[in-house]
Amino acid sequence: MDALGAMQAAIRLMVTFDPQFLQIVGLSLRVTLTAVLVAAIIGLPLGAWLALARFPGRTALIVVINGLMGLPPVVAGLVVFLFLSRSGPLGPLGLLFTPTAMIIAQTILVLPIVIALTRGTLEELWQEYREHLTSLGLTGWRAVPTLLWDGRFALATGLLAGFGRASAEVGAVLIVGGNIANYTRTMTTTIALETSKGDLPLALGLGLVLMALTLAINAAGYAASRIGTRFAG
Amino acid sequence: MHGMPTILPLQVEGLTLHRDGKRLLDGVGFALPRGGVTALIGPNGAGKSLTLRLCHGLIQPDDGTIGWAIGSGRIAGRPRHAMVFQRPVMLRRSVRANLVHALRALDFDQPEHRAGAALARYGLADLAERPARLLSGGEQQRLAIARAWALEPELLMLDEPSAHLDPGATRQIEQIIAGLAAEGMTILMTTHDLGQVRRLANRVLFLHAGRLKEDAPAEQFLRAPASPEARAFLAGDLLW
Repeated sequence: MDALGAMQAAIRLMVTFDPQFLQIVGLSLRVTLTAVLVAAIIGLPLGAWLALARFPGRTALIVVINGLMGLPPVVAGLVVFLFLSRSGPLGPLGLLFTPTAMIIAQTILVLPIVIALTRGTLEELWQEYREHLTSLGLTGWRAVPTLLWDGRFALATGLLAGFGRASAEVGAVLIVGGNIANYTRTMTTTIALETSKGDLPLALGLGLVLMALTLAINAAGYAASRIGTRFAG
Repeated sequence: MHGMPTILPLQVEGLTLHRDGKRLLDGVGFALPRGGVTALIGPNGAGKSLTLRLCHGLIQPDDGTIGWAIGSGRIAGRPRHAMVFQRPVMLRRSVRANLVHALRALDFDQPEHRAGAALARYGLADLAERPARLLSGGEQQRLAIARAWALEPELLMLDEPSAHLDPGATRQIEQIIAGLAAEGMTILMTTHDLGQVRRLANRVLFLHAGRLKEDAPAEQFLRAPASPEARAFLAGDLLW
């Protein structure tokens, strides 16, 4: 099939709401959004703690977390695989090759981004706000809600970056999800599989959705930082 | 106000502060009774801002005491002294939200209502929904004072309240400070503007190199300073 024909078939898949196509897109969004949500619930407080606490080894911890932002997805997938495989410590839970396993793997990919960005944003804000907040009795954990709210635009950008990283990766979900049809097949794993099989329309259609998603994320990130600049003055 | 519990007079004794082997404050002591405008003046690095920060409890002295007439300057758990910083700290929120945030932090009831009153009193009502950080320098300083005023302090400390302002905004801020003093609020402020001292203060604390060199009525200090350091300062000499 030539590229033009594949493109026409891909668009047909999209505009006719092909059930298989929608199922794949839906699963991808569900997995990635859940992973970002879980990473935010864990990462925002952890990042805030890291921004305000002072303890030996803090710098080393920050360096490690910054480094983990570049963790290769296949490595994250491998680690989760080892934990969830039948002989692994979490094997009895039977989570391997399920959407839950994919959520866990993507959470691990997104978490360092959320923690590092929260830490950086809140530490900077705290430098600026410290005397005023101390004057109001808002120190330690009592300062965190103020700092999170005032860092909202930067933090939103960070969550979007995390979403972008997770939605685009293929290695982690492929390893722990197993790319099982109608169950753990996401946009990226399907593209990899269908391309190698020669089914270009499905791969191309999903590629277009991924591209549109990336574009939307970047537009949202840009909007967040623009609005943030308005408030930051 | 009579008969109500008060945190004043403030009794400061022997304040000493070291940083990196340098003695920044050395035995500073003074009493601050209720009322009036007291100006802390002196050359850069004399320790004026540090003294304010110590009194407000933002930093702890290495030696010396800061004694309030009641408790630790708090009544019913709420500090009764407030501070306005040289560079106003503006939260990344609207003008109104800046006020509400401070009131909520100290558990005032009806924060929205009190914020509205502060906006009206300080001529900020039209700017209420604007992001605070987009205000002009003078407007930011007015908001900072309004925010401190809303917390109902007995003692308001201001660190160089007009250092970055143009003459028009400076005049506004001075009118506000004079008005607060006239209403009975006690003012302790640093400044390096001797004209401002003349216009506002009735008492001067002159600091030099971390020591309190003079404590005199403003008029007397400006006319006939007692110490050679103060004479040199007033004459505009650089002091080391």
